[in-house]
Amino acid sequence: MSSLTKLMISPHIHCGRSTGGIMRDVLIALLPATLAGTLIFGLRALLVVLVCVAACVLFELLFNLITKQAQTVGDLSAAVTGLLLALNLPVNIPIWQCVVGSLFAIVVVKCLFGGIGNNLVNPAITARVFMLVAFGSLAIPAFPVDAVASATPLAAEQMPSLMTLFLGNYGGAIGETSTLALLIGGIYLLVRRVITWHIPVVFIGTVFVFSFFMEGFDAVRALSMVMAGGLVIGAFFMATDYVTSPATPWGKVLFALGAGLFTCLIRYFGNYPEGVSFAILFMNILTPYIGRWTRRKVFGTGGDK
Amino acid sequence: MARYLKGIHVPHRKNTANKPAVRMDAPQTVTIPMAMHIGKPATLAVKVGDLVKVGTKIGEANGAVSANVYASVSGKVNKIEDCLLSNGATAPAVVIESDGAMSVDETLAAPTVTDRQSLVDALKESGIVGLGGAGFPTHVKFDVDPARIDYLIINGAECEPYVTSDTVTMLTRGDDMAYAIETIARCLGIGKVIIGIENNKKEAIAAMRAMAASVSVCDVQVTSLPSVYPQGGEKVLVYHATGRVIPMGKLPIDAGCVVINCTTLATIGAYLRTGMPLVEKCVTVDGGAVAQPQNVIAPIGTSIEALFAFCGGLKEQPTKILYGGPMMGITVPNADAPVLKNTNAVLALTEKEAKLPKTTACIRCGACVNNCPFGLAPAAISRAYDSRNADELVELAVDACMECGCCSYVCPANRPLVQKNKLSKQFLKEKRVKEANKQ
Repeated sequence: MSSLTKLMISPHIHCGRSTGGIMRDVLIALLPATLAGTLIFGLRALLVVLVCVAACVLFELLFNLITKQAQTVGDLSAAVTGLLLALNLPVNIPIWQCVVGSLFAIVVVKCLFGGIGNNLVNPAITARVFMLVAFGSLAIPAFPVDAVASATPLAAEQMPSLMTLFLGNYGGAIGETSTLALLIGGIYLLVRRVITWHIPVVFIGTVFVFSFFMEGFDAVRALSMVMAGGLVIGAFFMATDYVTSPATPWGKVLFALGAGLFTCLIRYFGNYPEGVSFAILFMNILTPYIGRWTRRKVFGTGGDK
Repeated sequence: MARYLKGIHVPHRKNTANKPAVRMDAPQTVTIPMAMHIGKPATLAVKVGDLVKVGTKIGEANGAVSANVYASVSGKVNKIEDCLLSNGATAPAVVIESDGAMSVDETLAAPTVTDRQSLVDALKESGIVGLGGAGFPTHVKFDVDPARIDYLIINGAECEPYVTSDTVTMLTRGDDMAYAIETIARCLGIGKVIIGIENNKKEAIAAMRAMAASVSVCDVQVTSLPSVYPQGGEKVLVYHATGRVIPMGKLPIDAGCVVINCTTLATIGAYLRTGMPLVEKCVTVDGGAVAQPQNVIAPIGTSIEALFAFCGGLKEQPTKILYGGPMMGITVPNADAPVLKNTNAVLALTEKEAKLPKTTACIRCGACVNNCPFGLAPAAISRAYDSRNADELVELAVDACMECGCCSYVCPANRPLVQKNKLSKQFLKEKRVKEANKQ
């Protein structure tokens, strides 16, 4: 026997995880929130989701075709961006805005910067912020088509009850209202080791502590501030985006602390009722520096690890 | 600092751990290269037509870091040919046609070892090199001021998947190991010996504890370590066994330790008792393509093809044939390649076993950083290498990389991370040489 076998440098085995597998897990983890959004806001919520996902995938497909690059839609990251964008939009958003938002997320924020792994900021969040600023009140759930699609309770005088906030039967973006559904998905991501606890726990914890002080040491009010608005979906699904958050545990803690503080600053002292998206976007931009500051100490180069 | 460094959980696949090693008959021919160790190749000591016996010296160590080479079968030197080494260089190899008798060279005699110098001389004569895979001449490790040695550490971690030849050694050659420990401890005045074994080898741990109890000249401890790859990495083992950190670019002796592999230790013991130099090797023959996986005691120079034939042949065409385990093993081009001194396993991997996913873009998930035992940032190193940024590579301390491959194993984009680390180290080395030449 002298037939040649493959000559390759080690290692010769692999753990089997893939980008596509991770993105599939994120999609699975967002199913409960999608389902809850559909139940709470009706079938139009599902339409928004389908349009955003289809548009994001299509734009990435077309971009790769036009620029003659390897096709990357198979890694499902465009689908994740589309789903996250949809879940951050109000149910009554005009469909054409969904398409424009998807175009912005995929082509401008992601593909033009070099595609997956090279975007500076999270595509879904940036698109949401873009829509908020560009289309003004349209993107903020300000004109209710029915009772439940009202503005985020953060803008209201009277907060819904904790149970209502937990289950999600109140106004807000499609996927952000049901804390229960988001927690189920978040725990799934933790169990599957797609994310670690650092960002969600520190982000949410920071907002809770800050709100606790601002609300005059009222734990119930502070808990309401945590569950209302986009904090839970942001902390579990948007701030944990690998590309735009630091890799090391300490980096994640610093990132989440900053995001939590900015969220509260905007909520309590800013012009917008909600600050999660802005806060994450802000920390996205700082991520390369946080990564540098929180590099692990290399074994054998002096001092501790 | 953490009690244990990070690492990864690799599949164990220790299919051959519970089967005794089987000694194979003399193959028809053996091909013995002069370079089976780190350092200069040995100088040929025979010519075509010479008659040799088992243990006849056929290669003479060339300089301080080199090793003697011995005939592993009795017979006639058939030819001397150039042999391609895994680093791409070539070295002469002696091809011996076996007479089938395996008659032993009468001149062999147990060495007289009384002190450090006679121990080093004996080890130098024995041709023994690091048998765990590195192939570093063993005598060099002991050729130091004994006052610098606080610990003798025996590496029985065997953290690579499939490989069980060290386990089999620990289960069956406790006598040789005890003899070697006693002699080394006496000659060098070493008070503490630590044997590090992964906790998935309960029987080996029990066997080593029994062996340790029989040694009286020094304190021998058996440490059960987590089965986390790369537990057998020298710097990892020293840290886990003693808490000492070997600085980047330094050797175990700089942390007061001498580390030797358990099979190397057993081979030392056998040599000190009988005078039989390193002529045969216990090799794990496994992988999905092998019909009857088992540990085989084979003469050095036996072709991989003969090993496979002894193990019932191949069930299917392997995609890759490896020296060593799948995490750090080296592929060989075909089955004509011989068993070397430092071959602890020969694996014939099927297409399914050796299948690697497609390489895609880095998604900055941090898996490489968070799984690196030494805290390196492989993805950042790759980017720095791609732009040939030497300053950044130094800043990222790429020279600390032990090339264990955890980063590549866990990368969901299957990026060539450890591969780029190796290239980066080579790049820095060449750059330093160039700069030194300029001045």
